[in-house]
Amino acid sequence: MLTLECPYCGVMADETELTPGYEAHLKRFGPGSTDEEFEAYMFARKNPKGVHFERWRHAYGCGKWFLAARDTATLEVFGTYPAQSSAPPQALQDKIKAKRPDWKGYK
Amino acid sequence: MSTRLSKGGRLIDRSAAVEFTFNGKRLRGFKGDTLAASLLANDQMLVGRSFKYHRARGIVASGAEEPNALMNMGAGARLEPNQRATTTETFDGLSAQSQNHWPSLDFDVGVINNAFSRFLPGGFYYKTFIHPRFAWKHVFEPFIRKSAGLGKAPTEMDADRYEQAYAFCDVLVAGGGIAGLQAALAAASGGARVMVLEQAPHWGGRAPVDGDVIEGIPAEAWVKNTVETLEKMPNVTMRSRCMVAGVYDHSYVLAEDRVADHTPGDGRPKKRLWRIRATRIVAATGALERPLSFAGNDIPGVMLASAVRDYVVNWAVSPGDRTVVVTNNDDAYRTAIALKEAGLAVPCIVDARAQADGALPTKARAMGIRIETGKAIAKVKGGKRVTGVALCMQAGEGAALEEISCDVVAMSGGWSPVVHLWSHCGGKLIWDAAAAMFRPDAARPPISHDGLAMVYPAGAANGALHADAALQDAAKAGAAAAGADPIAAAQAEPRDEAPLEPIWVMPQGAGVKLRAKMWLDYQNDVKVSDVQLAAREGYESVEHTKRYTTLGMATDQGKLSNINGLAVLANALNAEIPNVGTTTFRPPYTPVTLGALAGEARGEIFQPLRRTPMHAWHEAHGAYFEPVGLWRRPYCYTRGGENHAQSVEREILNTRGNVGMLDASTLGKLIVKGPDAGRFLDMLYTNVMSNLGIGKCRYGLMCNENGFLSDDGVVVRLAEDTWLCHTTTGGAERIHAHMEDWLQCEWWDWQVYTANVTEEYAQIAVAGPKSRALLEKLGGMDVSAETLPFMTFAEGTLAGLPVRVYRISFSGELSYEIAVPASHGLALWDKLVAAGADLGVQPYGTEAMHVMRAEKGFIMIGDETDGTVVPQDLNLGWAISKKKADYLGKRGQERSYLSSPDRWKLAGFETLDGSVIPDGAYILAQGVNANGQGNTQGRVTSTYYSPTLKKGIAMGLIKGGMDRLGEVVEFTKIGGAPVKARIVDPVFYDKEGARNNG
Amino acid sequence: MKRYSAFALAREALTNHLGWERAWANPAPKASYDVIIVGAGGHGLATAYYLGKNHGITNVAILEKGWLGGGNTGRNTTIIRSNYLQDSSAAIYEKSRSLYETLSQDLNYNAMFSPRGVMMLAQTHHEVRGYLRTAHANSLQGVTTEFISPQKVKELCPILNIDGPRYPVLGALWQARGGTGRHDAVAWGYARACSAMGMDIIQNCEVKGVTSANGVVTGVETTKGRIGTRKLGIVVAGHSGQVADMAGFRLPVEAVALQALVSEPIKPCMDVVVMANTVHGYMSQSDKGEMVIGGGTDGFNNFTQRGSFHHIEETLRALIETFPIISRLKMLRQWGGIVDMTGDRSPIISKTPLGNCFINCGWGTGGFKAIPGSGWAMADLMARGEPGPLAEAFDMWRFKEGRFIDESVAAGVAH
Repeated sequence: MLTLECPYCGVMADETELTPGYEAHLKRFGPGSTDEEFEAYMFARKNPKGVHFERWRHAYGCGKWFLAARDTATLEVFGTYPAQSSAPPQALQDKIKAKRPDWKGYK
Repeated sequence: MSTRLSKGGRLIDRSAAVEFTFNGKRLRGFKGDTLAASLLANDQMLVGRSFKYHRARGIVASGAEEPNALMNMGAGARLEPNQRATTTETFDGLSAQSQNHWPSLDFDVGVINNAFSRFLPGGFYYKTFIHPRFAWKHVFEPFIRKSAGLGKAPTEMDADRYEQAYAFCDVLVAGGGIAGLQAALAAASGGARVMVLEQAPHWGGRAPVDGDVIEGIPAEAWVKNTVETLEKMPNVTMRSRCMVAGVYDHSYVLAEDRVADHTPGDGRPKKRLWRIRATRIVAATGALERPLSFAGNDIPGVMLASAVRDYVVNWAVSPGDRTVVVTNNDDAYRTAIALKEAGLAVPCIVDARAQADGALPTKARAMGIRIETGKAIAKVKGGKRVTGVALCMQAGEGAALEEISCDVVAMSGGWSPVVHLWSHCGGKLIWDAAAAMFRPDAARPPISHDGLAMVYPAGAANGALHADAALQDAAKAGAAAAGADPIAAAQAEPRDEAPLEPIWVMPQGAGVKLRAKMWLDYQNDVKVSDVQLAAREGYESVEHTKRYTTLGMATDQGKLSNINGLAVLANALNAEIPNVGTTTFRPPYTPVTLGALAGEARGEIFQPLRRTPMHAWHEAHGAYFEPVGLWRRPYCYTRGGENHAQSVEREILNTRGNVGMLDASTLGKLIVKGPDAGRFLDMLYTNVMSNLGIGKCRYGLMCNENGFLSDDGVVVRLAEDTWLCHTTTGGAERIHAHMEDWLQCEWWDWQVYTANVTEEYAQIAVAGPKSRALLEKLGGMDVSAETLPFMTFAEGTLAGLPVRVYRISFSGELSYEIAVPASHGLALWDKLVAAGADLGVQPYGTEAMHVMRAEKGFIMIGDETDGTVVPQDLNLGWAISKKKADYLGKRGQERSYLSSPDRWKLAGFETLDGSVIPDGAYILAQGVNANGQGNTQGRVTSTYYSPTLKKGIAMGLIKGGMDRLGEVVEFTKIGGAPVKARIVDPVFYDKEGARNNG
Repeated sequence: MKRYSAFALAREALTNHLGWERAWANPAPKASYDVIIVGAGGHGLATAYYLGKNHGITNVAILEKGWLGGGNTGRNTTIIRSNYLQDSSAAIYEKSRSLYETLSQDLNYNAMFSPRGVMMLAQTHHEVRGYLRTAHANSLQGVTTEFISPQKVKELCPILNIDGPRYPVLGALWQARGGTGRHDAVAWGYARACSAMGMDIIQNCEVKGVTSANGVVTGVETTKGRIGTRKLGIVVAGHSGQVADMAGFRLPVEAVALQALVSEPIKPCMDVVVMANTVHGYMSQSDKGEMVIGGGTDGFNNFTQRGSFHHIEETLRALIETFPIISRLKMLRQWGGIVDMTGDRSPIISKTPLGNCFINCGWGTGGFKAIPGSGWAMADLMARGEPGPLAEAFDMWRFKEGRFIDESVAAGVAH
């Protein structure tokens, strides 16, 4: 039972209060994109054993979507931030880099 | 024999006798007894049979690690298999039966397996029963299944109830021994919220039995004082009989509270499952004594030395008259001393070490107990009870030096910290060679969400086996877990004990015949020779050995056997113990009742139940319900002696002939509002919604980004910036979440607000040629064709209730859907029923709705769609905007496979003989594919008997679709000849749509 | 290889079982092989076995990061069935099921396939229609199934409550020739047979890199050094993404945890396997007597193999409703398996963008039942370089074309 802090309402929310949304920071490809671009957008996933950026919704709380940086092997949560972010906050990236020197960045 | 001593027993109340039965025999015990203590007090050492060889099994332990003394407890609706006698409190009226034998415990036919045991070594199953092929299923496996298993299967529904409780704390202390109590004091001193959970009914753990002295007073008194101190602290919660079962991700903890296990039927829940979010956890879970591996160590009467001591000190029970103690450490001498002090005979202490000169051996010697050092047990004599032991040199091969008669052997192979809670979430262990044990490696703890250690081991669980060290360790652990300043630990008198000597096989040079009589896992019958065989055969990983031999897979999950087993394995592989490693510790620590894990959600409420405002009316009027999501919707309303099909037929004919009412409240209702709402809906729906006129309704389709149709419904424009989207019953929450996902995560700069108002309105479909007349009878607003044309809505009042009336139709009849605030739902329904009596109004259910929509050729999400269908497949191209540059699913639909002309497309079907096409049928095509499967060219999606048309009608998907109008194709029929059907227009009834207008 | 039999057991008993030879050898890796399979789970070992048996390719190494059979092969609920809806699924699962029928004899190792029957309960009208559709599809696919009445359900499984207040049983899809097997034995039996053919099973050997030249695979870097190969098969389930990354491509796969648990053993009370998909739970009774229970998957990427609670809570609620007698049994052990879920929840058996590198993954929650068929099809693909009819539909490019193999369409069927 994970617990994640909702960056909107500040609640430490149990996993059962949240709905998961898998990989974050995907760029949408719509009409006009190539089959390869569309496939990559829809299906190709980083699925790292390590630092992962992912979407969660505080569905049974404030209803807001947010993003989390979490280690999929240790389940450590490095931080959460609003879904309305095109990149993870720099401070969070710095924190992760300090804890996981081998980390190659969120892209 | 084993018996009750005339005095002593710190946990029993001799003034409170209790009666219980064991295998039908009436026996007496005392309040405070465990069932195991009561049984021993009644000379019942033999308590069960082993799993594989059906060998006689006696009580070995005094706690949760007990592998043998498992009982069928109670009977009927309170039958509980595999209950541990060592942790079950004896209560008046308790009834227990021993397990895994036939016809009786004393005479068990299954013991024949024992005679053949030399042919049944570890893993023998894999090497035989291979031929003939069918024999496994029909001969061998049934035999194995019958002789395996342990307790009886219950046959009745559980009479007890269970509950769950939630708690939050800063520090959860697992274990109420002296370490746990000390850790709790340290953690709580700084104000942290602390919970202390102890699995036993009493506090203090082993220290009172072992006679420790803390702060100058006996451990028992210190424990009493400390418990009182903690109980007075407002930030501390104490619970006994509450076992911490598991540590889960991010320091989530489950604990099982045995509320009424010992008082069955008193009205309280049998068990309570605590679900605790702790910030940090202190694991003060103590240590377990290890058996020694010598020949015959499984004969009833061979017990753990600590257990023998527990029975004497705690319950004044003597397991036997003459006890031989066998050990590799000083601690077991306490047992000899306790027995002697209780006036019992200890003919010999067999100490495998070359020397025994510490304080305890010296004391034992002074009491006149014979001590044989450098010696081992060559063999235990006896069958259903120990009768004696043969001694030999530990360094030798087992030549007997002498025999000593005895009826109990108390063994101690040293202690293993209970590291389960540390390990559940990945805490790592290190091998402490000096103490011959695995203990938590502080450098590699399990971590919580913040990346910091979440479990702090304390006391014996951390390898600090002696009271003085344990208290120091626990004080530190408690303070660290709470982030509090350290406090001074209570001081215990130091113990003067010589180090143990690791002894994994006794005697050291035992030959194969002796090794085949040395049990590691008593319940599963795994012996030293089995582990050695596994190693020889290449099952070298400790996990392979475990799985091949079943070592540690019994109900005690290896609490007694694991360390000994992996030491034997390491030896066989010529490897170091830490390099062999341990198997994985999984929750729960001891088995947890499934009922407690499920909690109170049972029967009607095992899932949440959603009711519309009219639900009770439906129940009172013969509704046969079907589950739709968490709702229950009337499938039909039965009258008189009707079967369901007859009810459905009546409801359809009445709706088409008079007027019907459907409770449509479950349909999703989502408000979408804001300056960008129109633009947003244009992305969400395949058609254009932004240009919908205020006051108008429009049918819309929604696809997922993959292009597949996911929901449909009528969209209504309420105001310039406000739309109301109807979804399917199952779609309301899903589509609302879908909207929020796109608004928050992709188009977050668009100004749109959504709200799911599904439950705020009741909605009633009034359909049929007399529906207008019915609404007019209620009065209050103009519902005429002129004022309220098809696909428009109006707000007003009906029978004095505020309503919004939509002129939409899913049945093809003149139809109104009336939305009313939920609190008025039943009132409106009642008024409609009353006003419609002379018009012949009747309610209709979901099945009538399905059939009527199929008669009209309307698609149904979930029938015509299954997640692989695009709107184009359903001839819904008219609802897909060609003008829009983008909508969700548009790009997906452009992919080659989704835009292929070969896709199966919607058509209607009518059988040549008027029969109904079977549900689920496929349309046959010529030949077979490369895998030899019959080819198909389509399938049925909706198929019904139409009461209106008096024949079978169907919709389906077929390659070529409506281009093949008039062709005859064949549908599969299981167990019969294919069904011939003609491809027709899917609109079977009122093709021109005249009835819509009444 | 000494044959296993009752006679051999009796013979070895005379020498106290000291004469048994190793089930599989423990070799050091050679410099190179014709084929390297990464992953000595059931699928990897079966691939190697059929490469040898069907195609005569035995210069093969199977590399395993941990201990063979230690992944999902050793932590699943051992259900074997082939009553799938889509043609391509039914073909490979039925091939697999039929191979299971004779696997013990083929391998001379008792894999304990027990065709005790699998039933999938229909508890809504929608589910009834879904299973009827499957039954019709199966009738054309050569898969023997039937839709049975609630009364027949009760006869086959008397402990089942068919009259629950919320989801009474309306019928079931019944596959009499489905059942269970002994999961470890499947891996061990294949390993023993591979070793007997001269293949090298190398445990505790983690692949750290994939080497290639001119777009064609040349070998792997491992914790035991570089090993050359002409062909590479990646069969690593939950870790497919990591190894694919080394080979330079990305997969439509995410790893999530699937929950399972067993109860304490009781005497036999349930012969068949029951799956209840509306309420989410499935259960069978093992030969040891434990009730083996499968739950749901967590919805987030996870490599921890740990048990979690809220899924099993839901599962147990469902199962106690379905089988009221289990309420007083106790959970003995719970765990999680890392399952690799593809974009359509169906597997991938495919060539890859890297020449002579092949991948077999994405079995998700349904891998155990597929082991023999998957190995058969993968061996065929690797030996010929082109997919045969069993593997053809499962290529990794189907996602680009939108050519999904979606099994969830019938009735939200869990595997």
